[in-house]
Amino acid sequence: MTHYFLRKLLRLILILLLVTAVTFLLSNLLPGDVVLALLGNEATPAAIAQVRTELGLDQPLVLRYLHWLIGFIHGELGRSYITQVPILESIIDRLPVTIELVLLSQGFALLLAVPAGVLCAYKVGSRLDQLISTAALFFLAAPVFITAIMLMFLFALELRWLPSTGYVPFMTGPLSNLAHLALPALAIGLSEWPPLFSVLRADMIKTLQQDYIALARAKGLGPAFILLRHALRPSSFTLVTISGLQIAAAIVGALVVETIFGLPGVGRMLTGAVYNRDMMLIQGCVALISVGYVLINFGVDLIYALLDPRIRDEYGR
Amino acid sequence: MTKASTALLEVTHLVTQFHTPHGMVRAVDGVSFSVQRGQTLGIVGESGSGKSVLARTIIGILANDGSPTTTGGIAFEGRDLLKLSEPEMRDVRGKDIAMVFQDPTSSLNPVKRIGAQIGEVLTRHLGLRCRAAEARSVELLASVGIPLPAERLHQYPHQLSGGMRQRVAIAIAIACEPKLLIADEPTTALDVTIQAQILDLLRRLQRAHNMAMILISHDLGVVAEHTDVVAVMYGGQMVERASTRSLFHSCRMPYTQALIRSAPSLPDPPHTRLRAISGRPPDMLHPPIGCRFNPRCDRATDVCRADQPALSPSDADGAHLYACWHPVGAGEVLP
Amino acid sequence: MSTAADGQAQATAPASGAASPPLARHRLGPRFWIPIGWTTMVVVLAATANLLPLHSPIETDFTVISNWPDATHWFGTDQLGRDIFSRSVFGARISLIVGLLAPAFGLGVGIFLGMAAGYFRGRTESIIVAAMDAIMAFPGILIALAVTAYVGANIAILIFLLGFLTIPAFMRVARANTLVFGQREFVLAARAMGATHRRVLALEILPNVAIPMLIYALLMVSRIIVTEGVLSFLGLSVPPPQPTWGNMIADGQADLATLPYIPFIPSALMFLTVLSINLIGERLRARTDFRGGAL
Repeated sequence: MTHYFLRKLLRLILILLLVTAVTFLLSNLLPGDVVLALLGNEATPAAIAQVRTELGLDQPLVLRYLHWLIGFIHGELGRSYITQVPILESIIDRLPVTIELVLLSQGFALLLAVPAGVLCAYKVGSRLDQLISTAALFFLAAPVFITAIMLMFLFALELRWLPSTGYVPFMTGPLSNLAHLALPALAIGLSEWPPLFSVLRADMIKTLQQDYIALARAKGLGPAFILLRHALRPSSFTLVTISGLQIAAAIVGALVVETIFGLPGVGRMLTGAVYNRDMMLIQGCVALISVGYVLINFGVDLIYALLDPRIRDEYGR
Repeated sequence: MTKASTALLEVTHLVTQFHTPHGMVRAVDGVSFSVQRGQTLGIVGESGSGKSVLARTIIGILANDGSPTTTGGIAFEGRDLLKLSEPEMRDVRGKDIAMVFQDPTSSLNPVKRIGAQIGEVLTRHLGLRCRAAEARSVELLASVGIPLPAERLHQYPHQLSGGMRQRVAIAIAIACEPKLLIADEPTTALDVTIQAQILDLLRRLQRAHNMAMILISHDLGVVAEHTDVVAVMYGGQMVERASTRSLFHSCRMPYTQALIRSAPSLPDPPHTRLRAISGRPPDMLHPPIGCRFNPRCDRATDVCRADQPALSPSDADGAHLYACWHPVGAGEVLP
Repeated sequence: MSTAADGQAQATAPASGAASPPLARHRLGPRFWIPIGWTTMVVVLAATANLLPLHSPIETDFTVISNWPDATHWFGTDQLGRDIFSRSVFGARISLIVGLLAPAFGLGVGIFLGMAAGYFRGRTESIIVAAMDAIMAFPGILIALAVTAYVGANIAILIFLLGFLTIPAFMRVARANTLVFGQREFVLAARAMGATHRRVLALEILPNVAIPMLIYALLMVSRIIVTEGVLSFLGLSVPPPQPTWGNMIADGQADLATLPYIPFIPSALMFLTVLSINLIGERLRARTDFRGGAL
């Protein structure tokens, strides 16, 4: 097990270096002089040179990368050039919102996908299966921003059941907090459940044909017990494998949905930064989110290995 | 027949058919037999003869999507199993009737511990929980000859050898002391050396619990040694049924004779040609008219190709039934 | 004694039982042709946009602000008096151009890399797979976001960028299919007859890999259309006044309560187009799946 783990760790570090390097390079190699963008075309050469030195732009690229990387590891991401607020601080302020949003949305997606997948696999080909599968197809075609706008229109503006924008921290008012996050999380959940459902259903169908399911039935166990306690776990491995894609979709979802619903999360900050051409902020956010993405995927890989006793033992020997 | 009322299992004219996209297939086509308490019935036949479908029909675990239909009667201790509701049938499965499958590698859940897989039967039918279930599980594993049973409880199937896995499967099957055990090719997936051990184990357990058994196999040697009564299936039908001794000593149906002959025998000189049965198993979508074996039988005549023979008793022994227009002579003893 | 005669038939099994007959599945039904119809219409309209007698998509006309759909403006007008129908048609152009060319680029590079990896194996394969893994380690949308933020967006950059991000996926499919076919006997036979690697790849493997790749590419098209939609919704695609479905939806968001048709119409168009392409791709995949039908 340790050998497996070490190999994976090494790979992780390499990928992290690569990700941070690319992020850094992106903002420093692309055309579009940062300084000119900041100071405008009228700036004097002297002013340009001064800002250049200030920002450390006259040093060799590799040095600048290492300098930035060390700072990054220490949590020093620089400051937003527009607001002058330290980037790390801004991100930390907004992180709880985004995390709550992502967790809720994944919860919604699983809540929709798992029962649907299990039921449809159990009753393959039935009316129910066809109905739900068609629904999945439809939701697959609806990008998250369309779903978000539809939900906002229907529930917030027409029916007025839920607020359309804004946010209340959980500590201040749990119910209000959930009310503000319900629609955004649902929008993301609705766009994420089809692939989960589809994969789970396919895997379940295969599992249900296995001999050990027949044996479970021969033992006199009931269908609910068999579905949940015998069939679900072996079938859930593929759920874990596509989780990488799901996380990427969650990032997109957060960006879009926070913007639409006006949630003060990292996503909206990022889209705002793009709008304002706040390069430092963009760089810091992208770097941090990318690193987070890599780390989460790594964690998922580990969980995968832990869940399947066969993999665990194979590497344990 | 005479002992009908005291039979443990009485199957009457059982038909199981599947609706496939290409047509209707009668995997089990009008099979009747009975099993007494403590008796071992062997069922032999080629692949596709309907043996496994028969087994699964009796215990009722055919696919539940509506495509197979079953008619006829399955009387178990007097109750018609086909008339039971699904919840009622679930009470019977695992408790009164149990099943052991062919391949223990695929019939045990790979991600569940052994203890859990035995425990759930105990919980479901006997209401045992935790400590009690664990204790009983250890006893069961010991009774099927698994060393260090307490440790095995926490292990996963892939940590055990094939033979041990099958022992576990047997332990699960006998956990609630069923009255009837259906063993579908229990040794086919195992090494020859292990086969004998498993079969002896089954025999021992049978005697200890007075348990009836239906032993399905394509291996005549297995059947010859471990059964009281043998039934031969071909093309979904039962074509011969007799006490084991009677069948092997003086079989009537040519197919049975061909089967017995096809097995290589030790006294044969080296390079003796194997006597295979010519032709292929019947196409169950469009089975041959008349006797199903006629395309492959060298005794076939027009009547064989026109009418199906019924199962009728042999003159020599009333309990020996066969279905053939031109049976192997009563006096013809096999070489 | 004949085999038939069961007087006591139990509940009859349903005629249209569990799974539909596999043969029928192979016929392309209305679930194929209706989406084809829709997609064709959208493509034709978008392609001929310049020739059609449409209102200008970018000229504002303050006399007809925010009109609900009527005879002169089939889809109504937006807050600046621009005709939504013509904007939709011109917006379709962007979605389709990016949606078709980006996967084409990814397909071209991916198929090459995938076949190389799957055929030559060994070191080549390791390097290519590692490179693809590295690309896939990034959340693509963030890279697209960063690049368009720094460099500005135009169609060429979008096509290159989005196409680049699809290369790993195409590589995977190509490699998987190459692995399957590379072991088959007709390849060995060709090699035995003295065919060079290039010949084998081009004549034996490529034709077999091409079909699954094209079908996969079709599904990619709809995904790219959605991604471009998200980017243009966030203002990161081609800049205004060029209409795109995404930025039309974004524009309409402000007046969602009072003028819902402004975001709804491009939403519906995008939804229907993406759905159509998905359905077409599904149908084709079901038809050409050589590994045997799904359950």
